[in-house]
Amino acid sequence: MSNTRKVTIKAFRFNAETDYLPYYKHYEMEVGKDELILDLLNRIKWEHDGSFSYRRSCRHGICGACAIKVNGKATLACKQNAMELLDLFDNELVFEPSSKKRVVKDMIIDKKDFWDKHAAVQPYVVADIDPHPKHETKQSIEEFNKFLDSDLCIQCGACHYSCPSLEANPDYLGPAALNAAYRFTIDPRDHAGRERLELTAEPGIGVWDCVKCFECAEACPKDINPIEKITKLHNMQFEQDVAVPNVATRHAEGFVRSIKKHGFLDEADIVVYSEGYLGMYKHLKTAMKMMKAGKIHWNDGLPWVDNVPKSKNLDEIQKLIKISQTHKL
Amino acid sequence: MSKLKYALFTGCTAKQSTPELLSSTLAVAEKLGIEITILEEASCCGASHLQDFDEFLAHVLNARNICYAEKLGLTMITICNTCQLNSAMTKHALDTDPKLKARVNEKLAEVGLEYKGTSEIKHFLYCLIDEYGLENIKDKVEVPLSHLNIAPFYGCHNIRPSELHHTSNGGENPYNPTSLDRLIDALEGHPVDYDHKNKCCGFHVELQANHTSEVLAGNAMVDAIDNNADIMVTPCPLCHLKMDTYQDDVGKVIGRDIELPVLHMPQMVALALGCTPKEIGLNFHVQKATHLTA
Repeated sequence: MSNTRKVTIKAFRFNAETDYLPYYKHYEMEVGKDELILDLLNRIKWEHDGSFSYRRSCRHGICGACAIKVNGKATLACKQNAMELLDLFDNELVFEPSSKKRVVKDMIIDKKDFWDKHAAVQPYVVADIDPHPKHETKQSIEEFNKFLDSDLCIQCGACHYSCPSLEANPDYLGPAALNAAYRFTIDPRDHAGRERLELTAEPGIGVWDCVKCFECAEACPKDINPIEKITKLHNMQFEQDVAVPNVATRHAEGFVRSIKKHGFLDEADIVVYSEGYLGMYKHLKTAMKMMKAGKIHWNDGLPWVDNVPKSKNLDEIQKLIKISQTHKL
Repeated sequence: MSKLKYALFTGCTAKQSTPELLSSTLAVAEKLGIEITILEEASCCGASHLQDFDEFLAHVLNARNICYAEKLGLTMITICNTCQLNSAMTKHALDTDPKLKARVNEKLAEVGLEYKGTSEIKHFLYCLIDEYGLENIKDKVEVPLSHLNIAPFYGCHNIRPSELHHTSNGGENPYNPTSLDRLIDALEGHPVDYDHKNKCCGFHVELQANHTSEVLAGNAMVDAIDNNADIMVTPCPLCHLKMDTYQDDVGKVIGRDIELPVLHMPQMVALALGCTPKEIGLNFHVQKATHLTA
């Protein structure tokens, strides 16, 4: 196999000061096996067009400046080998900024929303520090390991700008800020945990707007797995009694209620239980349509009718819930 | 080829709001000579929501489901992306964390079960493609789908996080998945190429973040329609429910009239294998799909 490959790069070009619309420009080059995406960005600028703009600084995966999207994949340019992506996407690479709607010039975006949300979760240890301590404040390895990987975040924005929920709801904190909220809430030195958990429990802002698409887990160049931290925040809200009954928390807790009764989820009951009878009016039209198509039956969801299929050996399931459930709403 | 045998974890929707998913899965299996044992003991996988409330309990219940496949000595197959991911997450957690496995087994011992980690977990889509084989499916096509432009909608939980699908569940590139496209090709349909094929449908926030949910489903459906899709096909019944039953509401939010039948993957295969309309269950769709067998 040859050590170089002929590649066409389609690069997103836009200058907010002079252009009415963005456009794509093609660049052809031979790419070597050790070249990084950052090398290709440099070569566009140095060999083809000096006006091509992008952020770069450390070149070793720690400053988080050079995050872009290549063929839709969130990519930290200085960490990503170009050949690997050519294997994934054949021989055409499309370079785009992390978020097209926030573009200032070419690959450079305005990350204000990212930093605002990051700041909102108080991304630091909140504590009264004794300036003259008599002995050191120790942390066990176990305590440290709980936040170790979440602490590796470099604020590149790869997960934030891959999150579809954020694009639909600009108030949602998003995976990077929620990871930071987890990082400091789980730190035993910190005293602002409850405040952070309350913020992340808020409907429309916090963890309940996560659509569970795992885009953030896939996007993170530091393998942090932000959605895993979002799940931990969910759990902590229940464990620490921050969760208040609302449609989202009742929906999560309602699964236990259903599984206890049937082993399976009672699809009609979970909606009624989460929304309450008054909240059901929103779903009546859909319910009628589903009934017409035979997807639900007229008596589903009525508390005195039970026609949901049951798991065999339901008694086992009920016993396991009894002995394994760790908390209640 | 020796006869393929699987233990089927149906999940909740196939037993309730999407009976057509179960009937078409069994019809495809029969046509292809695949032997399926339904795990009638199985419970709900938690659907990623029980996990938010009580992660340990979710692991215990999912481990119990897997125990029953292990007892049969079979691969556990799923017909729902979310069942697939939640079961695979438990398997991964238990297989890599001996302490957690011991804690879970302590509970399971109370009902006479033990999780060993001997069964693989795989979505039916990848059984068909990787184990039965596309070439063999091609040979069985009776009604080619050459009259249809079909938009493949992959569903998040079969392709992300990729580390949980690498070894036993297709190993797709989540940024460029190909299995459904190849399956549509094998059935002689025309796969529609569109940006949103690997994106989220919004199902999981339907109740608490309705607007987000409608926007995500709408973006995907409008993208498919604008690329000339006649129908959409998905391996996930939750994606199906979101896009089929909420089509009107989604259309209102996105500002477009949307009319797009959304088929389950096994329904599409069954259609091409010449199964009866009853087996395919197209009458169970909110967005009319019965004309597809005419």
